[in-house]
Amino acid sequence: MKVSLSWLKDYVDIKLPVDELARKLAMAGTEVKAWQAIGGRWEGIVVGQITAINPHPNADRLLLPTIDLAGEERAVVCGAPNLKIGDKVAFAHVGAKLIDGHSGELISLEAAKIRGVISQGMVCSEKELGISDSHEEIMVLPAEAPVGTPLADYMGDTILDLDITPNRPDCLSVIGIAREIAALTGQEVRLPKDDYDESATTIDSQVAVEIIDPDLCPRYSASLVKGIKIGSSPPWMQQRLIAAGMRPINNIVDITNYVMLEYGEPLHAFDYNQIRGRKIIVRRAKKGEVMVTLDGSKRALAPDMLVIADTERAVALAGVMGGYDSEVTDNTTAIFLEAASFNPPSIYETGNSLGLPSEARMRFERGISPGVTIPALKRATQLLVEIGGGQAAKGFIDAYPGQKKEEPIRLRASESKRLLGVEFSVKQMKDTLSSLGFEVKAGASGAELLASAPYWRSDISLEEDLIEEAARIIGYDEIPTTMLGQPVPPHNPSPMLRLKSQVSRILADYGFQEVITFSLTGMDALNKLMPQPHALEPEPLRMTKPMTAEQEYLRPTLRANLLTALESNLRHEENGVRLFELGRVYHRRKNDLPLEPEIVCGVLAGPRFEPSWRGGNEALDFYDAKGIVERLFGQLGVEVSFEAGSDESLHPFKQAAVVVGGKRLGVVGELHPKVADAFEIAEEVYLFEVDLMALLPFTIGHKMFQPISRFPAVVRDMALVVDVGVSNAQVQAIMRGFPLVTEVSLFDLYSGEQLPAGKKSLAYRISYQSPKHTLTDDEVNKVQQQILDKLSKQLGASLRG
Amino acid sequence: MISELEQLISNALMELETITGDKELEAWRVRYLGKKSQLTTVLRGLAGLPVEERKRVGALANRIKAELENGYEQKTQLLREDQLVSAVGAESLDITLPGRLLPGGRLHPITQTINEIHEIFVSMGFQVMEAPEVEWDYYNFEALNIPHHHPARDSMATLWVDQKNERGERNMLLRTHNTAGDIRAMEIMKPPIRVVTTGKVYRYEASDATHVPMFYQIDGFAVDKNITMAELKGTLYEFARRFFGEERKVRFRCDYFPFVEPGVEMAIECGVCRGKGCRLCGNSGWIEILGAGMTHPKVLERGGLDPKVYSSFAFGMGIDRLPMLRYGIDDIRLFYGSDLRFLRQF
Repeated sequence: MKVSLSWLKDYVDIKLPVDELARKLAMAGTEVKAWQAIGGRWEGIVVGQITAINPHPNADRLLLPTIDLAGEERAVVCGAPNLKIGDKVAFAHVGAKLIDGHSGELISLEAAKIRGVISQGMVCSEKELGISDSHEEIMVLPAEAPVGTPLADYMGDTILDLDITPNRPDCLSVIGIAREIAALTGQEVRLPKDDYDESATTIDSQVAVEIIDPDLCPRYSASLVKGIKIGSSPPWMQQRLIAAGMRPINNIVDITNYVMLEYGEPLHAFDYNQIRGRKIIVRRAKKGEVMVTLDGSKRALAPDMLVIADTERAVALAGVMGGYDSEVTDNTTAIFLEAASFNPPSIYETGNSLGLPSEARMRFERGISPGVTIPALKRATQLLVEIGGGQAAKGFIDAYPGQKKEEPIRLRASESKRLLGVEFSVKQMKDTLSSLGFEVKAGASGAELLASAPYWRSDISLEEDLIEEAARIIGYDEIPTTMLGQPVPPHNPSPMLRLKSQVSRILADYGFQEVITFSLTGMDALNKLMPQPHALEPEPLRMTKPMTAEQEYLRPTLRANLLTALESNLRHEENGVRLFELGRVYHRRKNDLPLEPEIVCGVLAGPRFEPSWRGGNEALDFYDAKGIVERLFGQLGVEVSFEAGSDESLHPFKQAAVVVGGKRLGVVGELHPKVADAFEIAEEVYLFEVDLMALLPFTIGHKMFQPISRFPAVVRDMALVVDVGVSNAQVQAIMRGFPLVTEVSLFDLYSGEQLPAGKKSLAYRISYQSPKHTLTDDEVNKVQQQILDKLSKQLGASLRG
Repeated sequence: MISELEQLISNALMELETITGDKELEAWRVRYLGKKSQLTTVLRGLAGLPVEERKRVGALANRIKAELENGYEQKTQLLREDQLVSAVGAESLDITLPGRLLPGGRLHPITQTINEIHEIFVSMGFQVMEAPEVEWDYYNFEALNIPHHHPARDSMATLWVDQKNERGERNMLLRTHNTAGDIRAMEIMKPPIRVVTTGKVYRYEASDATHVPMFYQIDGFAVDKNITMAELKGTLYEFARRFFGEERKVRFRCDYFPFVEPGVEMAIECGVCRGKGCRLCGNSGWIEILGAGMTHPKVLERGGLDPKVYSSFAFGMGIDRLPMLRYGIDDIRLFYGSDLRFLRQF
């Protein structure tokens, strides 16, 4: 909210410099986002009066007004259409700093000859003074502006831009801020004049109010002012409205806006003569009811919307927008002025469904206190009488079905200690709360108080609320700084967190860069993962109002975003790219939150090693990707095996399922060339993926220590010839099945001319070792022969000659 | 005989002096110490000498043998050292050629920041907790004293899952803050509780340099019988001291969040202007880093705890901002753009 310092000073004395004031307000909960000095640059600009206007000898559109500056006169050249003899204007001497009307830049005014006539200064527009963007006309000052006075002295000001928290609708007002300043600086608040002469006729004899739905309207107050003359509001009022960011309209609308800014209570002025049956009925809209709002739109009303109606029709959408029929017009002579309290959710729903934001709505939604209706109404009625020239009917209407008896709240010094860690004294708390307008009485003991919130506060209901009030005014700096002590809660670190952190570090160490991509993705990207597009099962979770088509679904896989990232990086990386992401994917479940398994997925493309002066420029292949998975599981201490895989996004013959404890919980393989193509990647891409949620149970617990044999190992080689269809895993499984075999490694693979067609050669290095004794050659030879026999019998293997 | 032997040793030692290569040395050894050498012949012939002479000649011959063997050892050692020195001298290389690199990747700067933060809070007795990202309205709003139509909901533009309950209400959302985990913590743990919940949060917001629809947050929550705002201050000031450094000033000011009372906003002194005011801090000299406060009694009640017995503090902090401030990153989208040219810098 924007508030001018000069307006605030009407209600409270402010002696602090602005930055200090801003600091105090911020510390107590009202942040001052920025402040702007109006007139800070107005050196050389003074109030002048137009005493004569002569035509320009050489230009039809230019005039030569003479400006009186109290004692001296200046002739200037001016093209504004609104020059009038007698008007007070802002006159800039040569050398003054102004905003250029066209470029918007700050310039220094120079003496200039315009079409042959010298201009001895300039008459300024609002834009040139930095007040608004208006540049068509010169700014006309109020008639009482003292000629010759520096403009900054007459109308300089500082505008504070305040951030009001949602719990303080009372601070969406100048008086509300003045109250905060008063409490923070030990000053008193001066409320504006609100008394006026009433006519003899009572309001009750001229209009009635009935609240049918008090749940949506706990209070409805009103006054009646007749004999109004519609016109423009006084310049001082207009100036303040402009400074607060509102546009002056006419004296009636301006008064309601002015008092809303002053007290925080939204007001609505009806044309009294348009209220049929002389009765206001506050009720829910009827089924199928339609009304035209003051913006001219015809609106279909829903039965849960609250309307202000007369005996025949709705005349306003309560708290949201006035009706076209009852609007104040130039012909209006009598005003029925409403100050009411409405149910915030109802205002929110109505305003939201009709898409009508407004200053009034914002205040109602935040729950401005019902206590404010009468003070605001009095003040506005006083202004209607004073400025609008009307006569107020005697008394008010004040229907208050929602009035609650507010019990005072107990406040104990001990409770401030329990919550804040510092015990405020009863006197300190009493003084502080009193300065905020609370009514504070002695409590049951000397160590406690009974406090009642002032009528304008709607956010106080608990002892904790009172403690915050005391603390924020006394200052959070008074609260000590203490470390948490005993007892320290038991520490049970999450095994998943540990696993995630291990996996990330291992992959980073193996050359993979971690990326984090959005959890939302688009169907387009998901479709690219399927060589044969089909519906996804289960269907990914969709957002209600997706921000973009690329962010419509919660990702069921990390792959799409990761491949997109790979593609964009390959454009500028020459030495290959290795990326991984570790994060959640989301799978729909019936009647429950989705499953959110943690998945790690890695992608790699490009050469195996960075090309170097030492050579080594080979392309990656399946076994690079598999090797990474093997090392990852090796580091995690989890035994892993691989089976033929069937992942549709991967090359059908260059992929494997990652198997742990008989469970398939991941894949590794080459990306299907069609998928790579869909992501516009020309290179071969390798991908691996592991479901960490499925893996987690296999990582828990410790392995037991294996003693190191004191006896030496015997190493033997065995070169076999087998059918090409026989896998390494089959051979190794048989070899490892023999008790003395401790290690088996494949060191050569050959197929080609030297072997018959359909055959390949596998050469293994086998380690034999016993924990009990040194093995003899005979023992090893025996096992070696047994292995060969078994291989020959089961896999048709023979020794390579 | 004796003079011959003395002549022999003096010749042998003189020759040894001049030897510079392995082969010459071997020839020398054969000549003076070999099976056919004069010395060996003398030693072999000792048996044929009279007793007195045998003693004298034998003693002398053995002394000479020991001396020659010693000379040979020394020479061998000397030659090896010479060879090593000259070999090393011949082996110079261009040390400016690049080394053979092991592959190396890095953790995302956000992950690095989270690890750093966790370390600090774990050392203060907090436990890291995980909670769902897709959450019920109840945990994210309702139980945190943010009923429907509460203005605080407007400040957290929400991404709703396109799904309705039996009553036709949308009730599933992407969590807008990790405070959603606080109620879950109370449901599964008993006081004393100290947890931090870290992870992604979501907002219905278009991307620009300071906004993204997904970012990271850490929420801290402590409950016990005598937790006060002094401990909140102690915990957060200590965090700031360790994360930002000893010299940065910190301040608590009053702020409002529906789930705490009293509410706090914590700021640190602006690192660019050191409190004087600049563009980064909007001329205030301070940079807001987190919101906090004493857990609202209604929230404790929702978690099944009696607010008259237990007190609690909670805080929530955006994580992305921390590396942005530390490294001077001016566009939050860089974190989620997966560009290696950016990510490799951390």
